[in-house]
Amino acid sequence: MTVTQAAFRAAMLNPASAVPAGIVNPDGKTASKRFDVYRNNVAVGLSDALEAAFPVVRKLVGDEFFRAMAGVYLRQHPPKTPLMMFYGDAMPRFLARFKPTQSFSYLPDIARIELAMRHAYHAADTAPIAAEALTALAPDALMGVRLRIAPAIQTISSDYPIHAIYRANTEPDAPKPVMRPEAVMIARAGFDPTLHLINAAAATCIDALKAGETLGQTIATADDSLDLGAVLGLLLTQGAVTEIY
Amino acid sequence: MFDATQNPTLPARPGVGYKPQHYSDIMDNPGPLGWLEVHAENYMGDGGRPIAQLRHLAERFPISVHGVGLSIGGEGALDADHLARLKHLISWLNPASFSEHLAWSTHDSHFYNDLLPLPYTPQTLDRVASHINQVQDTVGRPMLLENPSSYLAFAESTMSETDFLRALTQRTGCGLLLDVNNVFVSATNLKTSPQDYIDAFPLAAVGEIHLGGHDEDEDETGAPLLIDSHGKAVVDPVWALLDYTLAKCGTKPLLIEWDTDVPEWAVLSGEIARTDRALALAAS
Repeated sequence: MTVTQAAFRAAMLNPASAVPAGIVNPDGKTASKRFDVYRNNVAVGLSDALEAAFPVVRKLVGDEFFRAMAGVYLRQHPPKTPLMMFYGDAMPRFLARFKPTQSFSYLPDIARIELAMRHAYHAADTAPIAAEALTALAPDALMGVRLRIAPAIQTISSDYPIHAIYRANTEPDAPKPVMRPEAVMIARAGFDPTLHLINAAAATCIDALKAGETLGQTIATADDSLDLGAVLGLLLTQGAVTEIY
Repeated sequence: MFDATQNPTLPARPGVGYKPQHYSDIMDNPGPLGWLEVHAENYMGDGGRPIAQLRHLAERFPISVHGVGLSIGGEGALDADHLARLKHLISWLNPASFSEHLAWSTHDSHFYNDLLPLPYTPQTLDRVASHINQVQDTVGRPMLLENPSSYLAFAESTMSETDFLRALTQRTGCGLLLDVNNVFVSATNLKTSPQDYIDAFPLAAVGEIHLGGHDEDEDETGAPLLIDSHGKAVVDPVWALLDYTLAKCGTKPLLIEWDTDVPEWAVLSGEIARTDRALALAAS
């Protein structure tokens, strides 16, 4: 009458299934309500983690809906590591495929922002270079260098006004979102991640710098909408450049 | 067998499970607080505020690292990546103590974020002992293993929990973390005597004692079903069980665990003061 952990888990994740034989109360009888403690702990624990991770998605879909959705998510995507602070990596693609949220086309990108903010919060600490180290370079020299970008820096480009939607759901007096494509950069100059509105060309440029392209290479492939001075200014003020190489 | 007196780790003073919202209170107004406990998994990021706060706290207080995700009771192999993260944390922090649970939480590479129970048999004893040896070899120090809260029993169990824990400490040299709230919860749920459990417990191996609150419910037969929630104050029968335990084993490092519905510092301070009085009583 061995209860394997596979059998325990299967019954734990499916409330409709029977409690595995061999799990008993002190009188040797079936212990269904006792087994329910684990069913409840696992569902509540993982749902709570998702609620903490995606407060803006939750606000957009409503508490009750989010709770029900979390119950589906946690069974399809149980955590793959014990690091609960990173639980929910699959949420963007889940939201894109989940029937009831499919029509909220901007939701996956909002979830990406919330994931990126958490990754930035826990990212490695880095020491930024002084702005002068970059601004002192002659234009030709500048085009030949690569910039090491802090690991907290991430970009997201969207067909939707994700910066405005995020602000409207996190700031009391934020303006109403207007339908347009927006891109954002997530940074962490101190300990608290911040969200910055950029454009798609800037996002492509920052990603190229992160990948190790020279400044010259990043602008060679960029379109007219790239304002390199503005991108470098933003990176420097956010302490995002850690080395010139 | 692990001998707590030969392995001084934490001071025999009150400790508390650290919550970031209490950072300033702890730094400014620690009262009798002698040490802090942190959940290992919360400090496995690469950097940022959590790690910075922990470095500051460790300059002031002995730290106990308490893991909740190693799945030592799991049927499968231990997660090598998680063990490596644990080794890294223990290497840089050099905490006063490291502890984990007699439970499993991972199966087929999926983590369920709860402390799940296992039967006590010669086969599970072999498996858990081998996992503890692997952990201790990896982190380079003896660990403490915590007794679980039980809600149900396994018909296949052939050993008592206290015999199982005693055998583990004899075979691996690990110490034990005695959670007296868990003892009370399990004894109520399984209709046994919490004092008998303490009498049978290998108290010489205890390196730390936990205290926490529980929720009260009933099973389908109307029997009491206590749930280890860490979301309330410690109840009087658990304080009495603590006094009973300390009278037998002398003072130990005592921890207040409050992980859900975390109250303001003044409330935790009251619980810490009460552990301080329990220590004074045991020392008198």
